[in-house]
Amino acid sequence: MSALPSRGRDEDRLSTRVEPRAPHRRSALPSARTWIAVAQWLVTLATCAFLVVPVVMSIVAGLTVNYFRGVASGLTLRWLEEVWTQYHASVFLSLEVAAATLAVTLATGVPAGYALARSRTRVSRMIEELLVMPVALPGLASALALLVVYGGYSAFRMSAAFIVVGHVVFTLPFMVRPVAAVCASSDLRTLEEGAASLGASFMQRFFTIVLPNARPGIVAGALAVLTLSIGEFNLTWMLHTPDTKTLPVGLADTYASLRIEVGSAYTILFFIMTMPLLVAMQWFGVATPDVATRRERNAGISHHQDSQ
Amino acid sequence: MHDLTFPLRWRVALVAPALAVFLAFWLLPMAALVQLSADGHFLATYRALLTNSRYMTSLLQTVLLSAAVTLATLAISTTCGLLLARRDFAGRRALVALLTFPLAFPGVVVGFMVIMLAGRQGLIGALALRFVGERWVFAYSMTGLFAGYLYFSIPRVIVTVMACASKLDASLEEAARSLGASPWRVTRDVVLPALMPGLIAAGAVCFATAMGAFGTAFTLATDIDVLPMTIYTEFTLNANMVTAAGLSIVLGIVTWGVLTLARSLSGTSVAATA
Repeated sequence: MSALPSRGRDEDRLSTRVEPRAPHRRSALPSARTWIAVAQWLVTLATCAFLVVPVVMSIVAGLTVNYFRGVASGLTLRWLEEVWTQYHASVFLSLEVAAATLAVTLATGVPAGYALARSRTRVSRMIEELLVMPVALPGLASALALLVVYGGYSAFRMSAAFIVVGHVVFTLPFMVRPVAAVCASSDLRTLEEGAASLGASFMQRFFTIVLPNARPGIVAGALAVLTLSIGEFNLTWMLHTPDTKTLPVGLADTYASLRIEVGSAYTILFFIMTMPLLVAMQWFGVATPDVATRRERNAGISHHQDSQ
Repeated sequence: MHDLTFPLRWRVALVAPALAVFLAFWLLPMAALVQLSADGHFLATYRALLTNSRYMTSLLQTVLLSAAVTLATLAISTTCGLLLARRDFAGRRALVALLTFPLAFPGVVVGFMVIMLAGRQGLIGALALRFVGERWVFAYSMTGLFAGYLYFSIPRVIVTVMACASKLDASLEEAARSLGASPWRVTRDVVLPALMPGLIAAGAVCFATAMGAFGTAFTLATDIDVLPMTIYTEFTLNANMVTAAGLSIVLGIVTWGVLTLARSLSGTSVAATA
């Protein structure tokens, strides 16, 4: 690295600019800059290894005959088959819960996001704050609270709807916020006034102007809701019954009681299930700000939080 | 605000469904939880809770762990995020994808990743056994939980740092450099202050998540002494609903307090990232 001329490193850092700088400083600066760059690269690559290595290991472990003896013991699909016969119900339940959660958050969150963005009053600000409370506070507390009030209604308590309710409350802000942000950044009021002056009714305007304009926010919100619902554990562990085990609940069971190959195979199943969502996130630029549109970026759509 | 195209009745009608869900399934249950936790004598019950040394040790450990995770995550993610946001190199997008795909992992899976790394049959243990002659197993302890929360938080904060860094005004740095500032000083005096609101917001969210997290601890070991595990034990093993309710409210208040503090420090809405 240190053999490179300093110009080369400048280009590395600021790809298009040529900066005016007194020539005598050139000899002193590059080494500091090189050290910083090297340290930065080391940290980044180490972090990358920290995140990726265990994933690769668990995929290998789930396909190995005997993990303790290593890959030399041979590869097999036996564990995957075993997990599938035993736990496929949890996969389908998770998909159903996620779909139901998405349906409810779309029906309630999209209109709310739009309305909150259009009316910037103190009341609407307060409602927005309130809706975020279930995310800011520990999921355990929300789950206990639901159990206190609704635990007695056993038909509701025993059904998957109980889990859906918990997921909806927790994921609702992830739909409302991006929709509100996109609605606030596009000048809907002017567009709607134009349409209204031409005689469009409120419903016509909502479906032909508001929804198309809010689409980036709706897509980002929908992906977040699906991902969060499929991975939700904090609430679900408290709310589930033996008949309503979702994927993360099944995972926790397997990790606690079964051999590492089975746990790994189940994790592979989880990876396969979330892969389409991840690809979609990359595709729509939800997770990576560099491909997100400026509007989305300013709207803070890329920010993400969920509970463990 | 008089708005011809958006009359009040439509506003109410559009917000009503979301608000109804929230009131029925969160606010009302929360109020019931608070009432239950008081057990008839609000002050006496909470005084007993807050003077119980076991619970307070658990709370303190949770706060310390969350704070340590937050600081470490911020340091690592800022380093990675700045590299990814400000340098252009071959394979950059692939690296971004690798660093952000664990975003979708729930806490239980993160716990399993830590077991893969540092568990009884883990990689770190195997490597240590070969080179140091001693098997390092730290997954089932506070250290393992620390590693798990790092794993969980790093991708999230990297995304935030990249978003903030892409909005930085490059001319400020250029000015600092042309005035003779060293790269380190440019980072310390120009880049970091500009990133600070975003970092505080991301750090607050990271802290809040670590405070309430449950899945990772649950996967690693049920006897790690953090408050969510204590609440869970009180609820299931001891069937002590009053204490579980009280502790989860204390946990909620501490978490909410940190978020509020961070918001007043950063000046922007932390809730916007929550």
